[in-house]
Amino acid sequence: MAKKKNKEKTRIHFDTDWKYDPAPESVEHIKVNKQYEHYIGGSWKSPNEGKYFNTVNPASGKRLARIASGSTSDIDDAVAAARKAFGPWSALPGKERGKWLFKLARQIQERAREFAVIESLDGGKPIRESKAVDIPLAAAHFFYHAGWADKLTYAFPGRNPEPLGVAGQIIPWNFPLLMAAWKLAPALATGNTVVLKPAETTPLTALKLAELIDDLGFPPGVINIVTGAGDTGAALVQHPDIDKIAFTGSTDVGKEIQKSIAGTGKKLTLELGGKAANIILEDAAIDQAVEGIINGIYFNQGHVCCAGSRLLVQESIESKVIKKLKDRMSTLVIGDPLDKNTDIGAINSRAQLKTIQKYIELGAKEGGEIFQCEGSLPDGKGFWCKPTLFTGLAQSSTLVKEEIFGPVLAVQSFRTLEEALTKANNTPYGLSAGVWTDKGAKIFKMTTKLKAGIIWANTYNKFDPASPFGGYKESGFGREGGLHGLSAYVTF
Amino acid sequence: MAEKKIKSTEIESSNGQVHASGRVLVDKTYKLYIGGAFPRTESGRYTPITLNDNSVVNICEGSRKDFREAVVVARKAQSGWSKRTAYNRGQILYRIAEMLEARHAQFVDLLEQIGSENPAGEVDASIDRIVHYAGWSDKYQQVFSTVNPVSGPYFNFSVPEPTGVVAIICPQHNPLLALITNLLAGVVSGNACILIIPPINGAVAITLAEVLHTSDLPGGVVNIITGSEAELVPHVSGHMDVNAVVYASDHQDILRLIQSESSANVKRVIARQYEDWSDAELEGPYLISDTVEIKTTWHPIGQ
Repeated sequence: MAKKKNKEKTRIHFDTDWKYDPAPESVEHIKVNKQYEHYIGGSWKSPNEGKYFNTVNPASGKRLARIASGSTSDIDDAVAAARKAFGPWSALPGKERGKWLFKLARQIQERAREFAVIESLDGGKPIRESKAVDIPLAAAHFFYHAGWADKLTYAFPGRNPEPLGVAGQIIPWNFPLLMAAWKLAPALATGNTVVLKPAETTPLTALKLAELIDDLGFPPGVINIVTGAGDTGAALVQHPDIDKIAFTGSTDVGKEIQKSIAGTGKKLTLELGGKAANIILEDAAIDQAVEGIINGIYFNQGHVCCAGSRLLVQESIESKVIKKLKDRMSTLVIGDPLDKNTDIGAINSRAQLKTIQKYIELGAKEGGEIFQCEGSLPDGKGFWCKPTLFTGLAQSSTLVKEEIFGPVLAVQSFRTLEEALTKANNTPYGLSAGVWTDKGAKIFKMTTKLKAGIIWANTYNKFDPASPFGGYKESGFGREGGLHGLSAYVTF
Repeated sequence: MAEKKIKSTEIESSNGQVHASGRVLVDKTYKLYIGGAFPRTESGRYTPITLNDNSVVNICEGSRKDFREAVVVARKAQSGWSKRTAYNRGQILYRIAEMLEARHAQFVDLLEQIGSENPAGEVDASIDRIVHYAGWSDKYQQVFSTVNPVSGPYFNFSVPEPTGVVAIICPQHNPLLALITNLLAGVVSGNACILIIPPINGAVAITLAEVLHTSDLPGGVVNIITGSEAELVPHVSGHMDVNAVVYASDHQDILRLIQSESSANVKRVIARQYEDWSDAELEGPYLISDTVEIKTTWHPIGQ
């Protein structure tokens, strides 16, 4: 006991003992207009119904800009522009089409810092993540797909791929620019034209992308961006002159879309929710696994469809892993998304914060034991949530079953690999999973039996344009990225 | 009928049920094929089908409960089937071709009985199509798998895996060839399938079940339900443990219903509508790819 007390004494409390000095990223050279219009047919168009909404900085609650709210008639205009552009764009030789995308990739790289800062301002994600993950990957997606534009016949042996036409693309708020890139790059490389609807709470980087497209002199109408909320998205889905819908978002909305386009002949890909199991076997490298758990669930405040939101840890190492996990959680820096030391930024919106808080209350009600690190949350009107974990939850509890989309981890234990597999697969979702073990044969036993589209073994939350991404079961269908992602945008 | 005693050779049958020698022929009872057994429909309903020789066969009118039972056994059988080696699956599927070739004449006769246009040609094409798909069992993976050059020290690869339980709604025309094409494209990758067959094709499909049954295909991998497409489709598309529906029949309103109701569990819906199922487009690996999922695995290199 004495020894234990001693250890407790030497623990550093990052909130009080050892505070980091502020290291905020400068916002001085960042240009954000007071108001943004739709980008349709190569020019900025005020919304036909004259309505706007605000996009706010979730770390302060303050308005960043007024954003055009898209109506059905705005969608009509955008689809008409995309249809007009489709003929010439699809007739362009692949080599030429590819060069436009290469140029786009380069421009994003050149403006990367501005994109990163705005991404963190508008979405609340730590600047470290915007800079290291979101923006470079977005550029990489365009660069990767640019090279496919003149090589498509090699992707489909024995067939002659043709573009579908006009694609309607609806993206979420968790990786705003990256999701735009995931959607736009394969659609454009294969010769389609696009109407993109960014998420209501994070439209800024897509609009900055429109500025960049405009500066590049991109052929007008090939990329159209209409901002708005769910109604705008619904108008896009229901538009009769759309050939393809690509949606990333919640499973509920995905199901509505699938239902609503029945019988229309529109092609569909869905990248929906997840409730991934991150499985730690007793022979795993535990310190690495703990880092993987942290990265799996607290990356981007847990606003990640493939987040490792269920931790399955083998019983023999359960207490050790949980202790180390709690220690590591205590070192996470929560605060200003623009600060380079920040690990956990702001929750994306007030509505999402409420959802997360509802789940945390539910977890306690359902008998779970909650752990949150010590220390206070930043002051002010921002939306904040501490990294949270729950132990002692039943397989049937809501926190084990439902996607929370926040920094909340549900911990369960298991004895045998079979039990781990049964628990991991016992979900309607099937987007991703993680496995940690030092034994190669065990890795493949687990990875081949997990019903999920992406499996990270001894790593987690890695993304790459060459790596296909997408789910099994109710996590959606179709792939984004890699050779496999191309088939979502072609017909034969 | 038998008011006076007569010899059997004197009996006449209106539809050829008595052989010229006077022997009364033994009919076949057509039932369903579920879990490697031939049960009657639990509903007890039937559709009488009059064949070209005027004989009447009773085809089971499968019910919602029959379909749900088939899903249970298909789910059970699927993991074992997909765990078989690709070589083993290929041999079993090739065996179906061997069995069908041996019964060539029987299927020509059956197709004639329901008025098919080119019975011998359809049986030939069906056998050859089985051989074609059997050969894909250990090859389609190499066509669709990739090692992905990610920007980092990771080994990253993508492979196709079977989607799971696949329901297939078969068309009325090309009774044997359409069935065979959709079935083989589904099971070759390790899916378990449930076929919905229009009653007019029931005799062909259930006789094919006998072929499948003697080909070492594990029970439950293929299940055949005869019955009304319009009645069964809502139960198929609304079922929460069916992963994909292949609609190979021709009714646009029913396709629309499937696409709509399949959203209940985000089913994959594949529409295959061909006037002529001997179309060369129906060979190759791409039909197989309709009912597989791409799984991507990451592992660090030397970290």
